[in-house]
Amino acid sequence: MASLKFLVIEDSPTMRQLIRFALNRIPQVEVVEASDGVDGLKKLSSADIDLILTDINMPIMDGIKLVTLVRSNENYKDIPIIIITTEGAKEDKDRAMALGANAYITKPIQASSLVSTVKQLLKL
Amino acid sequence: MDDENKKDSLFRKGEEFLEMFRQGQEFTQELMQDNERLRYRVVQLEEELKAKLDFSQEPVALAAYDERLRELENRLVQVEEENLNFAQRYIDVEEQNNNLANLYVASYQLHSTLDYDEVLQIILEIIINLIGAEVFAIFLLDEKEKALLPAAAEGVGLEAIEPIPLGQGTIGQAAELNQSYFNENPPKSIDDLFQDPLVCIPLLIKEELIGVICLYRLLQQKEEFVAVDFELFTLLAGHAATAIFSARLYTESRRKLTTYQGFLDLLSQ
Repeated sequence: MASLKFLVIEDSPTMRQLIRFALNRIPQVEVVEASDGVDGLKKLSSADIDLILTDINMPIMDGIKLVTLVRSNENYKDIPIIIITTEGAKEDKDRAMALGANAYITKPIQASSLVSTVKQLLKL
Repeated sequence: MDDENKKDSLFRKGEEFLEMFRQGQEFTQELMQDNERLRYRVVQLEEELKAKLDFSQEPVALAAYDERLRELENRLVQVEEENLNFAQRYIDVEEQNNNLANLYVASYQLHSTLDYDEVLQIILEIIINLIGAEVFAIFLLDEKEKALLPAAAEGVGLEAIEPIPLGQGTIGQAAELNQSYFNENPPKSIDDLFQDPLVCIPLLIKEELIGVICLYRLLQQKEEFVAVDFELFTLLAGHAATAIFSARLYTESRRKLTTYQGFLDLLSQ
């Protein structure tokens, strides 16, 4: 029985699978997948999510817009958000963190680094 | 009569004196015995004390303690070394685990579809997300023209990439020779980017060339290639080639099947 639910919002199925692989190293975790920001918001409202991991560059709704919407919603504003992106520029990171992201990881990801960031954020 | 009385009196006094003397003698003897006993006890206690305070055995005991201490120190050093080894092995296993996960995901995704466009998209995703390239292109061989034609690209428009004749330039030669090319001194100028790529990976099924993957620039946070990147290049060289080949064959056969089906439907009317 999973006790933690993580929402992975990423348009690339390859990355979603890789992130799922990494997160499954943490015991009792259920991964919910979404392929863009809009899909992510739908899944967020239908499940009791403990952590959001999102890409920035996605079709329909990007990760930055998603972070803004989540942080402005009273029900979800306290959910930790990890950005996973190819955008490695400092200004991109600063912008995402200023909007309310809790961590910023650049691709290509290291599974161990992702897991330790998640554990640190959730105090596992 | 008086003389008799005096004699008796003297005799009694003499007797009393003798009695006192005997008692004194007995008392003296008792004192001497006690003295002797106490002397013996003193000697005993002195020997016990001497035994307790005898430091003549101390060097032996200290040497044993030193030896034991040295053994424990050596064991501690060994345990610390073992711990370091275990920590290093843990890091190595963790890295291997990461690498295997990347390779598994890449392989799984490459063979998850027979749709040609999807296969190309998956190859792009693998190169962006798992290798960390920013500008790159996939060329496919046109056997009739003996040229490599751009099929997909990232970070640059497909129309900006020229077809490359086999054997011409770095990319054409890598393709013709079926040999991967790694540029240790990548060009700084954007103009030279497409002439002198970072990496060329020929896509091969056995010895048959299908195409080439060319990486021109890495993401800014990707400073250099790591071990798993070369594993991914090897995987892409074989698996991307078979995935592209299978997808093209499948798409072609589906198209032919539709044509034949249409033709049969026409005949049966």
